[in-house]
Amino acid sequence: MIDLLWTIRIALRALRVNKMRSALTMLGIIIGVGAVIAMLAVGTGAREQVAAQIASMGSNLLIVLPGSSASGGVRMGMGTQPTLKLEDAESIGKDCPAVEAVAPIHNGNAQVVFGNQNWSTGVQGTTPSMLEIREWPLAAGRCFTDDDVKSAAKVAVLGQTVVDNLFGGIDPVGQIVRIKKIPFRVIGILEPKGQSPQGQDQDDTIYVPVTSAQKKLFGTSFPGMVRLIMIKAKSLEEMDIAEQQARVLLRQRHHISPRQEEDFTIRNLTQIMQTAEQSAKVMTYLLGAIASVSLIVGGIGIMNIMLVSVTERTREIGIRMAVGAKTWDIRFQFIMEALILSLMGGIAGFVVGVSGSRILSALAGWPTVVSILSAVLAFAFSGMVGIFFGFYPAYKASLLHPIDALRYE
Amino acid sequence: MTLIEIKSVSKVYDLGEVQVRALDDVSLTIEGGEFLSIMGPSGSGKSTLMNILGCLDQPSDGHYFLEGVDVGELDRDKLAAIRNKKIGFVFQGFNLLSRTSALENVELPMLYNGVSVKERKDKALEALRIVGLEGRELHKPNQLSGGEQQRVAIARAIVNQAPIVLADEPTGNLDTKTSSEIMEIFQKLNTESHITVILVTHESDIAHYSKRIIRFLDGRLVKDEPVVGKDGCVC
Repeated sequence: MIDLLWTIRIALRALRVNKMRSALTMLGIIIGVGAVIAMLAVGTGAREQVAAQIASMGSNLLIVLPGSSASGGVRMGMGTQPTLKLEDAESIGKDCPAVEAVAPIHNGNAQVVFGNQNWSTGVQGTTPSMLEIREWPLAAGRCFTDDDVKSAAKVAVLGQTVVDNLFGGIDPVGQIVRIKKIPFRVIGILEPKGQSPQGQDQDDTIYVPVTSAQKKLFGTSFPGMVRLIMIKAKSLEEMDIAEQQARVLLRQRHHISPRQEEDFTIRNLTQIMQTAEQSAKVMTYLLGAIASVSLIVGGIGIMNIMLVSVTERTREIGIRMAVGAKTWDIRFQFIMEALILSLMGGIAGFVVGVSGSRILSALAGWPTVVSILSAVLAFAFSGMVGIFFGFYPAYKASLLHPIDALRYE
Repeated sequence: MTLIEIKSVSKVYDLGEVQVRALDDVSLTIEGGEFLSIMGPSGSGKSTLMNILGCLDQPSDGHYFLEGVDVGELDRDKLAAIRNKKIGFVFQGFNLLSRTSALENVELPMLYNGVSVKERKDKALEALRIVGLEGRELHKPNQLSGGEQQRVAIARAIVNQAPIVLADEPTGNLDTKTSSEIMEIFQKLNTESHITVILVTHESDIAHYSKRIIRFLDGRLVKDEPVVGKDGCVC
């Protein structure tokens, strides 16, 4: 059994003989591995970003929208026909055991003014439970209370983006802002949250009591109207039950008979986001798979060069056979050469891939994450490519007849 | 036990319509410690016999017994093992690995029978010493003269303590002075280390360094006689 270390030395030496050729051969592998690493990094980065954004929305969420499910996707906005009421939300909170918390939302866009700064943002009228549902802590101050809701108090909790655009360095808590020209006192500031999975800036918002939004800011088509209702289920497993309970309740409240179409839609936000996360995962693997094609091309390059190498070293093979190299000894030597080529290419490719993803991050702003798994995968893959594509040339070499090989010019 | 026994060996190459009989019913016995030359014109079969003796090729007919073992039965890898342990080759063209030091060239056979790194080096240095190349271990073939390269080849041939050395026109590429130096090395190996040396040559002067001359013609063994020395002794 040939000495492993020695075989590696011999292989390295053979590769060093024609450095240019070895480097060019490795290029295929370098590009292949680099591409795989970069693609996986982009995919993983995107996936992690999506996951973070999903987490920032809150968990176990259901959203109730007015209008039948024939209408659009997940939109925090108006349904075609407003049909939801504040009392619906209160009822869901009281009578649905699987529901942990519920918050009605009555929202719209509004101009907000402080001093000589103004900013246009989305104002959401809701109840204090909203912060619990969204798992959104306060950075300063307090949230409005149920009493504030009862009295339609003109108090507001600001998101970070609004604060940055209106207040500069001043402490907003206690200040008066004008929302649609109506004075509201700032009582709290939200912690920054970043972007939503849909790409919207979650910090560009203001929370006010739902009644204030109804009566003072946006008006209502009928008394108690709200644009949507957010529900948080007690647990992931109870989401379907909560949905069912809410549905039954609302049908009852809206006097919808069994055969009638509902005038509302309940969507499982968490499920939708999980599907999005799953797609991102599949996308990642797809990207990686496509990049792998270039690895195959690199492997073919190795096979090509190894075949040339075997032909060039026919005499050398003859000498080795003459002094006693067995079939396996010759094969092992050439497979090792191919393997070292591909592994060295793999390492270089890894460096290229990591640099490439860093550059992509810097230039295109895409998040990239290079995982250890992707590195191990790429390395293993390049090794396999080396062995697989190195095998045929090695096989050919081992079948040479010593006499013919020795006579080769 | 006879070292080498060739019994009615033939080698036939089938080239479609024509059959070439490179060797035709050759029988030969060689004992351990002999030093013999094989002579003959081109195409006489001497190289073919060398290839068979060296287990690089198999006879088409007949038997080749090496240390009592019928070599014709053996597969490629077993033949390789025999070449590794029992036979050392010296070629006209030296056949050293270029870009490799003399030391590593001599170590080559030991790579294939599991000798440790340290032992390899020691044995190789010893073999180089025997052929008179002490101090030149690290030189590569392109830094060595023809004669020195051939010495490296001889060192490689004896490094595994093979009982047989086969030399195919070993002095073909060397000048007269160097040729006689090389032949003296073979003689030394034969008398001091009792290595069986089998030589192929077409030069009579070279053949007279050995003790027995075999002549081939058209694939047949036609003459087999001991060398008579200048002072008339039969060596």
